Amino acid sequence: GMDAIMLQEKLVERLLCPRVRTSRQKEKQYVGFATLPNQVHRKSVKKGFDFTLMVAGESGMGKSTLVNSLFLTDLYKDRKLLNAEERINQTVEIIKHTVDIEEKGVKLKLTIVDTPGFGDAVNNNECWKPITDYIDQQFEQYFRDESGLNRKNIQDNRVHCCLYFIPPFGHGLRPVDVEFMKALHEKVNVVPLIAKADCLTPSEIKKLKDRVRDEIERFGIKVYQFPECDSDEDEEFKQLDKELKECCPFAVIGSNTVVEARGQRVRGRLYPWGIVEVENQSHCDFVKLRNILIRSHMHDLKDVTCDMHYENYRAQCIQDMTSKLTQDNRMESPIPMLPLPTPDVETDRLIKMKDEELARMQDMLNKMQQQIHDGKDQ
Amino acid sequence: MEERGMEEVKPLAGTIKGHDLFGYVGIEAVLDQMRRKTMKAGFEFNIMVVGQSGLGKSTLVNTLFKSKVSRKSCSPNYEEKISKTVKLQSVSHVIEEKGVKMKLTVIDTPGFGDQINNENCWEPIVSYVNEQYERYLKEELYVNRKPRIPDTRVHCCVYFLPATGHWLRPIDVEFMKRLGKIVSIVPIIAKADTLTMEERQEFKQRIRQDLKANGIRVYPQTEYDEDPEDRILNDKIRENIPFAVVGTDKEHQVNGNKVLGRKTKWGIIEVENVAHCEFTNLRDLLIRSHLQDLKDVTHNIHYETFRVRRLNESNLTVHGLALSCFPMENGTHGTNGTSDRSESESHL
Repeated sequence: GMDAIMLQEKLVERLLCPRVRTSRQKEKQYVGFATLPNQVHRKSVKKGFDFTLMVAGESGMGKSTLVNSLFLTDLYKDRKLLNAEERINQTVEIIKHTVDIEEKGVKLKLTIVDTPGFGDAVNNNECWKPITDYIDQQFEQYFRDESGLNRKNIQDNRVHCCLYFIPPFGHGLRPVDVEFMKALHEKVNVVPLIAKADCLTPSEIKKLKDRVRDEIERFGIKVYQFPECDSDEDEEFKQLDKELKECCPFAVIGSNTVVEARGQRVRGRLYPWGIVEVENQSHCDFVKLRNILIRSHMHDLKDVTCDMHYENYRAQCIQDMTSKLTQDNRMESPIPMLPLPTPDVETDRLIKMKDEELARMQDMLNKMQQQIHDGKDQ
Repeated sequence: MEERGMEEVKPLAGTIKGHDLFGYVGIEAVLDQMRRKTMKAGFEFNIMVVGQSGLGKSTLVNTLFKSKVSRKSCSPNYEEKISKTVKLQSVSHVIEEKGVKMKLTVIDTPGFGDQINNENCWEPIVSYVNEQYERYLKEELYVNRKPRIPDTRVHCCVYFLPATGHWLRPIDVEFMKRLGKIVSIVPIIAKADTLTMEERQEFKQRIRQDLKANGIRVYPQTEYDEDPEDRILNDKIRENIPFAVVGTDKEHQVNGNKVLGRKTKWGIIEVENVAHCEFTNLRDLLIRSHLQDLKDVTHNIHYETFRVRRLNESNLTVHGLALSCFPMENGTHGTNGTSDRSESESHL
């Protein structure tokens, strides 16, 4: 039947094709540049990686706990929780925590950008402004460094990902959620999360996720998109990838405590009615989030930040500068490279000097033109 | 929610060791992500060969990459004749090995050193190298730039020294002095089968002395060793250069095996036999161990040096916008607080 035909085809193939090379001779054809990925690997291990993660959402959404759970850190142990009175006057701050993580010889410098105070006030109008300003400032700093003369040790402080914590209590996105995400979606990779998901039943979670996904689309919010799977990936991988995409926004639970469940010690939360296990995929999407952030998409998050968000910022910056300059008529801009001038005293003084000189030249020119004009009349 | 006095697991602050009781973070997966991405994108490598006609440049490149990648092999009407001027020509091929794709560009420099009067024959080469840097710089400065800038910069320049057995010739010194400042030079002794082992060692020693005496820096340069481990590895290489090579694309039978070699009446010179010549050392250096490093040195050092000089020349620095009518004084930039004297050497 089929087998016989296949066998026959194979024989014919062998007859017609040139002699199959022995593996020894195949080895002889080996040049050796297949070691390139290893060479790159070695250098990267030496250099290490860095990653900047921002967390945003109102107080009490479990941001600190989640960060500690994700990276097995203890960044917030000395924190003092503010009471309501203290919070009235609090503005949105930006606080950075840095921690070095090493695992199997690979070093990661992790920076967590926290945004305490966001959404906590009575009037939260534009409470995201300090956050968008911070993101822009990192872009600006990078732009300056990149355009400068000494580019040896540029520090990359750009924000690679922003986890946005949506409260589980509501019925979907609130106005502040929509406005925040829209203010940020073209500056940073926004990954929306449903926080403290242990107060929802599975069907409630599904309903909320559907609702949020729907609203995200309706309001035109561009959250971080996972890249498409390669066509040559195996089915299992493709299935996992599909599940991941359908799971957004991730419903997460975090924990700083260890509990005993099913005879094992796990990270979890102990309730009278049961134990929530953070790393149990049937309990919440924590593992999925961790996999995305670290194990499968960290590099892509960085790439999208560099290739898209930052490039957009840079292009916009240059265009703004060009139009401003030609408006002011200060000078011709020869080529499309106009990094920002550093706002320091010395430069300002020089600019002023130059302006005065140009004004004088313009004056002289006018006078000359006037003379010529007068001369013509005579 | 009640906490019934469960112990808190507090990992160490500072550097976290990933063998915490509760699993690990999994950060080495980032390396895999990077590897997949670079494999998909493929690699580029641009190698230039410089030397007089007949020193075996094309053959060597073909032998190195085990394919007919040199211009000689690719042009249908190729005639071996000495060209009147030095004209650079490049040929690109995409070669693949074990899933790794590489776009290899071989830049040939026919006419170099072949004339009666060879004065300034290096100038077209210097221009070419600088043109590639200029091209890259322009792409970097565009408002809407490509995510991956096409890289035509010369990553490595293999300089063929004839096996005279004496010293470096004046043309060798002139060339390497100038090019050594802008590109990574790997000098080799070509057609080394006319030298005995002793003659070879002596020749190499004299060349090394000559290089030092003339202040010529060849790859791998001591200043760019990244750490002690690198230094040890590179010191070994530096003690052994220039490699004495023999190239061929012909195979012969030796002891029942097919080997690449040159057959003479007095024996077969096996190209891949370390006792005969140093071809494998060269191949290992260029391809198997230092290929990425050659690219990195080109990008991080040679290119950056060029860029600094270019930006200063055209006053297109960060402050250049405001100061574009003020000529930059030599050495003083007043930007970023650091002045890059060590790297803005004067070039040709």
